[in-house]
Parts: sequence; structure tokens; C-alpha cells
Amino acid sequence: MSDSTATATAPGSTGSTGGPGGSGRSGTRFDVDWVRRNGVFVALGVLLLANVFLTDNFVSTGTLRLQLVQVAPVVIVALGMALVIGTEGIDLSVGAVMALAAALIPLYVGYGSVGAIVVGLVGGVVVGLLAGVLVGVVGVQPIVATLGLMVAVRGVANLFGGEIKSIREPGLVSLGTGDVAGVPYVVLIAAVVSLVVWLVVRRSTYGRQLVAIGGNKLAAQLAGLPVRRVLVTTYVVSGLLAAMAGILLAARSQASDPTKLGQLMELSAITAVVIGGTPLSGGQVRILGTIAGALLMQLITATLIFHDIPDSTAQIVQAVIVIAAVYVQLGRGKARRS
Amino acid sequence: MTPQHTTAAAVAVGDPVLQTVGVTKSFSGVRALEGVDFELRAGEIHTLVGENGAGKSTLIKVLTGVYTPDGGEVRYAGETVHFRRPADAQHAGISTIYQEVNLVPLLSVARNIFLGREPRRFGLIDVGAMNKRARELMAELGIDIDVTAELGRLGLGSQQMVALARAMSVDSRVVIMDEPTSSLESAEVETLFRVARGLRDRGVGLVFVSHRLDELWELCDRVTILRDGQWVHTGPMAQTTRLELVSKMLGRDVDEVRAGGATEFGASHRQSGEPALVVSGLDVANRLHGVDLTVHPGEVVGLAGLLGSGRSETVKAVYGALKARSGEVSVAGRKVRTGSVRGALASGVALLSEDRKAEGIVPDLSVRDNIALAVLPRMSRAGVVSEARIDALVDTFMKRLRIKASSPDQKVRELSGGNQQKVLIARWLATEPTVFLLDEPTRGIDVGAKAEVQALIDELAEQGLAVVLISSEMDELVEGADRIVVLHDGHVQAELDSTDLSSSELLAALAGDRAADPQAPIETEGQHA
Repeated sequence: MSDSTATATAPGSTGSTGGPGGSGRSGTRFDVDWVRRNGVFVALGVLLLANVFLTDNFVSTGTLRLQLVQVAPVVIVALGMALVIGTEGIDLSVGAVMALAAALIPLYVGYGSVGAIVVGLVGGVVVGLLAGVLVGVVGVQPIVATLGLMVAVRGVANLFGGEIKSIREPGLVSLGTGDVAGVPYVVLIAAVVSLVVWLVVRRSTYGRQLVAIGGNKLAAQLAGLPVRRVLVTTYVVSGLLAAMAGILLAARSQASDPTKLGQLMELSAITAVVIGGTPLSGGQVRILGTIAGALLMQLITATLIFHDIPDSTAQIVQAVIVIAAVYVQLGRGKARRS
Repeated sequence: MTPQHTTAAAVAVGDPVLQTVGVTKSFSGVRALEGVDFELRAGEIHTLVGENGAGKSTLIKVLTGVYTPDGGEVRYAGETVHFRRPADAQHAGISTIYQEVNLVPLLSVARNIFLGREPRRFGLIDVGAMNKRARELMAELGIDIDVTAELGRLGLGSQQMVALARAMSVDSRVVIMDEPTSSLESAEVETLFRVARGLRDRGVGLVFVSHRLDELWELCDRVTILRDGQWVHTGPMAQTTRLELVSKMLGRDVDEVRAGGATEFGASHRQSGEPALVVSGLDVANRLHGVDLTVHPGEVVGLAGLLGSGRSETVKAVYGALKARSGEVSVAGRKVRTGSVRGALASGVALLSEDRKAEGIVPDLSVRDNIALAVLPRMSRAGVVSEARIDALVDTFMKRLRIKASSPDQKVRELSGGNQQKVLIARWLATEPTVFLLDEPTRGIDVGAKAEVQALIDELAEQGLAVVLISSEMDELVEGADRIVVLHDGHVQAELDSTDLSSSELLAALAGDRAADPQAPIETEGQHA
């Protein structure tokens, strides 16, 4: 869907080259559009370089591994969010869905890890289906529908989970903490999910239709596109991915805390999508940008922690970045209209 | 603009209360109004008439302070005024009533009438006094509405009465009604007219805009006609015939139409055989009343009619984009499920919509993706798109329709209007339709592209496609269509064979008036049976 995704070789690569220029066509002037599309890669590259030189022990497998393990669930949720935002929607229920899936795990662990995981994922699918039907069939505004679900699903998770439960099942524990040739399962899963979503967006009929619906819903309807089906599918995918992230997070921490788990995850995911250059007005899905966006936010937090700057400051910095990203999008909109 | 206008000098009945003198307004270089003079007198109902794009709404927005004119001036009660905001005009005593009532649906009728001016006691709203005054006002207007009812629960007609009552209660000098009747039942229209006449008799000046021509003679005293942003005519309604009105509106002298050679359309191409499209008794609530239409393969049937006659509604209902109450549509002898776009598409119907921006292009997608949009499932296997097949398809159509783009990957919003239109035509041709509905296919595109599109329509018909052509341009209909079906107020008014069509016949048919001009009798049925 974009120049940078088209030429990338593998998702998960940091894209620190700043991406191939999409600006060639538009001449030599400062190009807001180029910044919007590639700013996140440049920022990520600069921040990586700065850390290499300024942070002690930054270039160590331990540090990198920790960062990637921490960012993996955010990436998974953000990918689903990117699809939803591509339809000109939003999914605020993802954090609560994570908690629900995690809360289901200890209840069904008696069926073995696989059984428990399947139940958790089904929970996410059900919530996604509800959101999709509300938005796509009933016609409720996405922000309203998913805000309602966010509250309700968190409540259901608490009902199921009650208090913090520890997870001791060996299969789940190894899912959360094990690795293949030094690459943690969690990171591996995030990479595979990224690749699949990237292929879906680029190559599938569904992906093409999704982007067209986000770009002009009325035109898509008149062109006979299955608008309802695509919208419902998109929210189901978002719910499924959120459940997956919730399960991975619970497996890693070996505990399920329905009140805390996944809290504010919807905001992290939206942030990753937006600073990755996907416009909130829909019609575009930028997978590589979203991954880079998640990595950038992770790295900013980590950098501030490395240098003993308090968490509250980190949050302010993140807020400034989000506002800047949205501002760049607006600037582009204005330039188009004039 | 300032409160003192509220107390501006009284205007005697018959004197101008609201005027524009040489008003000009452009939007990004496009002239919407060009030196328009308009005069509304106190104690008259004055109608503004014009087709789409004539400048009616722009003029109304200048009068009500929504737009500031680029040149010329607006005079109110004899003084030059500069309204900067709608509120300025309202404070000065100009009320506007739109089709969509802009009141607060959750508040009571009385609250809405006195919104912002509620009678107060001890700093609180005096509900008793407010309801009493509202009841008095309603009684005066002869409107039977419970003033304590929530406005949103009333019908649209009643809501408009409330808006009128509000206009009266603020002592408006001028009331502007923009298409107030378009969604009203006839009884509601009666009441509305009675109230409007009552206001006129009190010396209020009213501007009335409606696409229902009959209403104009019933209600209005004078008429001003606009065309292409320019003033064309002002005169007493009673001395204007329908034919005169319509020909001035469309800018066609009665003899000018059949000049010929103004379009790229070639010979007529009637073919026999089974009809490709049969529409019978198509009925859409408030819009269409039993429309019949038959189109043969290789035939171009023109749909003519003034604004609001139901042309676009007809093709949209055939295409399933508009819910039909009753009626049947069949394509090549097979019945089509109405109310379903996908069903219509699958049966071989395609619709090139009138509104290219809102209903046609997906602006941020490439030319390529826009062309392939409607046929994605056909270009895919197991849910995976075949890029090679799309490339082949896009390549064929870009060459055939001579679409000018830097590459198939150029975003469609960067193209000219004419090329965007060609992209959309390509999108629909890719679905291999048997019936192609074209709603204003040449509107808003440059002369070159227009000629190309016209030639293409001819070519498609020659290849056996059944074409329905909607156009506001008479040349296009007379030269492009083999047959013209004239719609008026949602039903078929006349069916004319374009080979022996006289211009006055078409004009009279468009006006929906068979008896207005004895020189122009309309032959309807039997002409080509």
C-alpha cells in the first residue's frame, strides 16, 4: 500500500535506513507527505544510533532481547488496530480483550495449554464479532461501540478472573519465556503475525477491499463490495490478535491479573499506528510503519529509563510525539486541499 | 450585522426590503455568482429558480451571512449591510428555514420557539408564560401542535411549522425557505403555504425555493431566474408561462435545441430483440411513483427531467442503491432482486453515479486499484489477488479509454475530472455489464474528455450494450439518445422518439405541462409502438 512497505524485505526489520524515498515524484521541496510516511523510520534510526553511543551496555543481546520481548505484544495488538483504523474505525476494547483472554487461561488450563489457549482466543473472537456487528451491521460509531465493550469486557474479565492467578502450566510457561536459537517465542510469534498481516494487506482480496472501504465507504458499497463482511472480519481479527497478545503477556509474567493486564494498551496500539503514518481517516494501512511506531515508543521509554528519567516524563514525551504525528497528518491534509 | 439593524427603519409594503446589487462570489477561481441583482419586496413571496449550479444556494448563503460576497453589495431595509456570520443576519431579522430543520430535537416546541429569548422569572425560565405565549402564537398561525411536546417527536412538516413560528416570534422582516416542501405530505404543504401567506400579509418578505414547479404558481408573486451564476429574468409569476420559465432556466431558446452537431454522438442505433432492461411500476417513497422503463440491447434511452423529477432516483433504484417500495426490474428476461447493489451487479447492471467524488472514486487509491475495485473477487483465486490479471485488465482499459495518468499507480485524486470519469467508466465496463446506467456522465469534465465520453457511449451501444443516459444538457439527450423518457415529479410524463423530436415538445414535456402552450402538443404513447 506504500512505497516503504513494498520494498521492505521482512517485517520486523527496524527500517533504520529511513525507507526508500517516496518523495522523488514530488520534487526537492520539503515534503510533509514524505515525513509522514518515513518520519518514524528516521526517528527510530536516530534514536538507535544515539543509544549506541550514549547508553552503556546498549548493544548487548540482553538489552535488545528484553526490548523486543516487551514490545512484541504491543506490535501484535497494533497490527489489528492498524487494520481497524484502515477502515476509518477504532478499537478501544483491545486492552480489555487481553485481560479477558488472560483471565480465561487459568480457568481452562485443565484442558491443557492448547485447550486453554484456544478458549482464550475464542473469547477475543467473540468480542471482535460483537464489535464488528455493532459497527458494520447495526451502524454504531466505532468509538462508541468499542468504548462500551472496553468497559463491559473488563468487567467480564474481572468476573471470571477475580483476583491475580498464577500460571504454572509448563507449556504456557515455556511459551512465555522459552526461545528458539536465542529468539524468544514471543518475538517469533510477533514476527510471524506481522508477516501474515502484511501479506493479507498487500495480496488478499480482503485487504484491498478493506482499504477501499476506509477510503470511500459509499463508493465501495456502490461498487458491490461486501462492506459488512469486511468490517466484521476486521474487528474479529483485532479481537483475535488482542487475545493472542493477552495470552502471551500472561504466559510471560506467569500470572493473570484481570484488573491490570492490558491496561492502556489501546492507547499504545493507536499511538504506534498513528506515528507509523496510518491516517486516522482510514483508507491506508501501513504495517511496517506500525511496527516501527511500536518500536520507537518502546525505545523512547527504554532510553529514558536507562538515563534515570522518571516515568511521568516518559509519558509526556510520548504525548508530544503523538501530537506531532497527528499534526503532520493534518498538515498533509491542508496541503492537499489548497 | 449589529443589533441596531433590529430596529432599522420600517419598510413599507411593496418597497425593497432585501436586495443584492451586482453580487459576485467565486470559489477557488470558479464563479458561482456573477453580478447578480436580486430584489425582495416587503409583503411578497418571491421564488428563486434555477437548475443545479445556477447559484441559488450561493445567493441564499450570501443573503443569510453564510458567505461574504467578493463584490457587489447586500442592502437590507435600504442600508448596505455586511453580514459576517449567519447570526448577524438573524439578529437583523432574516430567518432561514431549511429542509433540514436546525432546531433542537430534544427540547419542547415552546422552548424551540423561544430558544435564547425565553421569558424569565427570578432568573429561571418561566415555563408557564413561555407555553402560554407559544400557544397564542400557534393559534394565530392556525397550527395545531402541542407546544409542550418534544420537537423531535413531531413530523418533519410540523417541525417546519415550528421553525416558521419561531421566525414570526422574532419579528423577522425576511423569511427564506430553501426547499421546505421537498419531504412534506400534501396536507402539510397546505398548512405551510397558509402560514407563508399569513406572513406575507403582515408585510414580511419571503423567498421561496422549490423544485416542484406547480407550487410556484400556487404560492409566489414574483420569480427570479438564475442560470450559470447569472441573473436571467425577474417578473411577476402570473405573467410567466411554464414553457418560458423552463426555457429560461435551461438557457435554451425554443428553436435552438435542434441545431445539431453540438455533441460527438453519431447515428441512432435501434436494435430489435428481447429488451435488456425492463422496469415496471418502480415506486420509491416520496420520490418515484410507478416508473416504467424498457431498454433494448444496443439502444440509448435518455432520461430527461428537471431537478427533483426522479431521474437519479430511477437509476439508483434500478441499481439497488435506493430502496424501492414496489416494482420489478428484470435484466435480459431474468428478474433482479431489488434493493441489492450486489444483486444488480451480478445481473449485469452497472451505474456510473452522478456524484463522482462522493460515490465514485476512492481518492487515495491508485488508478489501478480504482479500476479493479468492483471485480476484485473475479481477479482473485482463494482470496489472493492476481496482480498479473489486474495488470492486464487495467492496461486494456487505460489504452481503450485513453486514460491519461503518469502510471497505473498514480493516485486517482491527482487526475483531472475527465480522467477520473474515465477510470470510473473503466471500473464499470470491467464488470462486463449488459445494462449501463449513466447519470450525468459528462458533467464537470473538460470539452475534450466530454467528446470522448460521448463517442464512447455511442460505441458501447453499437456493441450491444443497453444504455440509460441521464443528462441535463438537451443537446446530449436529443443527439445521444434514441428515445427520451421524460420524468416529472417521479412519474413518466412522456416518451419521445428523438428522431422526430421537436425542441418545443421536449421543453414542454420537461415543464410537465401539456396545456401551457397550444403550439407544442405532446405526443406521448403510440408514437413508436
